[in-house]
Amino acid sequence: MTTTSTATTLAHVDHVSRRFGSQLALDDVSLDIRSGEILGMLGPNGAGKSTLLSLLQGRRRPSSGTVELFGGRPTDARYRARLGSTPQETALPDTLRVGEVVDLVAAHFAERVPTAELSDEFGFADLLRRQCGALSGGQKRRIAVALAFVGRPSLVLLDEPTTGLDVDARHGLWAAIRRHRAAGTTVVVTSHYLEEIEALAERVVVIDRGRVIVDDTLDAVRSRVSSSIVTLRTSDADRVRELPGIVMSQPSEAGGRLELTISDSDEFVRVLVTSGLAFEGLTVRGSSLEETFLALTDTSSTIHSEGIRS
Amino acid sequence: MTSTTTTTSALDAPTVSPLRLYRAHVRAILVETMRVPIAVIGAMAFPAMSLLFFVVPNRAVADDPVFATQAVISLSVFAVLASSLFNLGLSIAESREKPWDPYLRSLPLSSTVRIGAQLTATSVISLAAIIPVVLLGALTTAAEVSALGFVLGFAVLAVTSIPFLLIAVCIGYAFASKAAIAIIQVVMFGFAFAGGLFLPPQLFPEWLDAISRFIAARHARDLVISAAEVTAPELWVLIGVLAWTVIAGALAVWLYRRDEGRRYR
Repeated sequence: MTTTSTATTLAHVDHVSRRFGSQLALDDVSLDIRSGEILGMLGPNGAGKSTLLSLLQGRRRPSSGTVELFGGRPTDARYRARLGSTPQETALPDTLRVGEVVDLVAAHFAERVPTAELSDEFGFADLLRRQCGALSGGQKRRIAVALAFVGRPSLVLLDEPTTGLDVDARHGLWAAIRRHRAAGTTVVVTSHYLEEIEALAERVVVIDRGRVIVDDTLDAVRSRVSSSIVTLRTSDADRVRELPGIVMSQPSEAGGRLELTISDSDEFVRVLVTSGLAFEGLTVRGSSLEETFLALTDTSSTIHSEGIRS
Repeated sequence: MTSTTTTTSALDAPTVSPLRLYRAHVRAILVETMRVPIAVIGAMAFPAMSLLFFVVPNRAVADDPVFATQAVISLSVFAVLASSLFNLGLSIAESREKPWDPYLRSLPLSSTVRIGAQLTATSVISLAAIIPVVLLGALTTAAEVSALGFVLGFAVLAVTSIPFLLIAVCIGYAFASKAAIAIIQVVMFGFAFAGGLFLPPQLFPEWLDAISRFIAARHARDLVISAAEVTAPELWVLIGVLAWTVIAGALAVWLYRRDEGRRYR
């Protein structure tokens, strides 16, 4: 991958680990966030996505390694002047009115989007006089995401921005995120929905158990993900696994069966038949995105690994 | 993979005036407090009730201008102490458990501005809390003070509230809210008794008086009384206020920087 000369590194995470007591939330993570991209951060709940964002926001310090934001430590408030983010769990102060919260957050930035413009864009113009405690979850979510953009930031971190939104609201939010991306804002969006990352991101980082296990373009990840599951019984598992086109193999739970993740199942079946290897009970089915993603984040499965018993 | 290694620096970006930010935060905290005014009403009622129940019926104190003035001052110091500990200490401990506070930390907001705004907003509430005590004292006791003494006493009361506020910040950032409630009550009543706010130190046994001289509430009380009487304070009182301010201040900044919000495991 080649970045153009205009792309700059907005944030730089270098061999960062973060512990909470005995629990290792991030394990030697290195990551650059470059200007002009939407970076999708994918991973199951508890994988370390939010911890990584909290380090970028300067809310927490790494246990080891360094985090740089706009060329400085994010724990120094000055380096957060061009960073926008959303409150976690969409918590807004219950007794403040929506307009007051928008103005309070906006007061931290040299340039701001006028409240009327922001509330029109994110669809809460009719809620400005309401106290935040009276809002529904979906309304809070839209306002929380809007707050990330109020200071015209260069880099926006969105943690699970559309959780709990209905389909219409979700698509509306995606459109807004894309508009800001087109206007030059760099966006990092975490999600445990593949669909969301597919809809938004150009680059995908998959985090699992505190480690970055994939960092690639969306197209590359998608091609890994759009695959088929072939299962068969064979007495010659070792040689079957050496056939081309296998992304991942694991012994099936059902005993004696081999389950293969295949990028091109038609081609694989042709190769399998012509190889003359013995097999029976062949089934082919398309793997769901969710399934392959789970396989990617499941360490019990073996990727191109030796030593599989048939 | 090739990538440019250029790194942008944020420091050339235009910045926001800290004063503007400070005002915005003071305003937001006060608006939040006033929308649930029971905390303020409680802070106003308790010292005033103490005066009505314990000082006013005791005519030996209430009818003596010197004792009555000292009693009103002591309860004013208590009002400020209680308001600082509860309104600042407890609200910090509680807000650390909600995700809004960590969010504010992700904004370009320095700890000085945020803590400064919390201190100021609490001072406004403390001011409200002493009004009933002072009014009741003037109406129902022989307490008296010269115009100069009133202004001086008031100014000194404001200054001596700083250690209380800093102690409250320390408690708020060091403890979870449930623990903070208990600690605040212990500190509040411990300071009030040992500091001579409920019983004048003249009645203390020698050992208690010795301990009392290390208590911030005693320094505040003695200093405000000196100011109201327009007399020079004793040196140890001044040193005491200064020491509490410096130590609690350093601890507060350290605790704030160390704090990363609550995390449950």
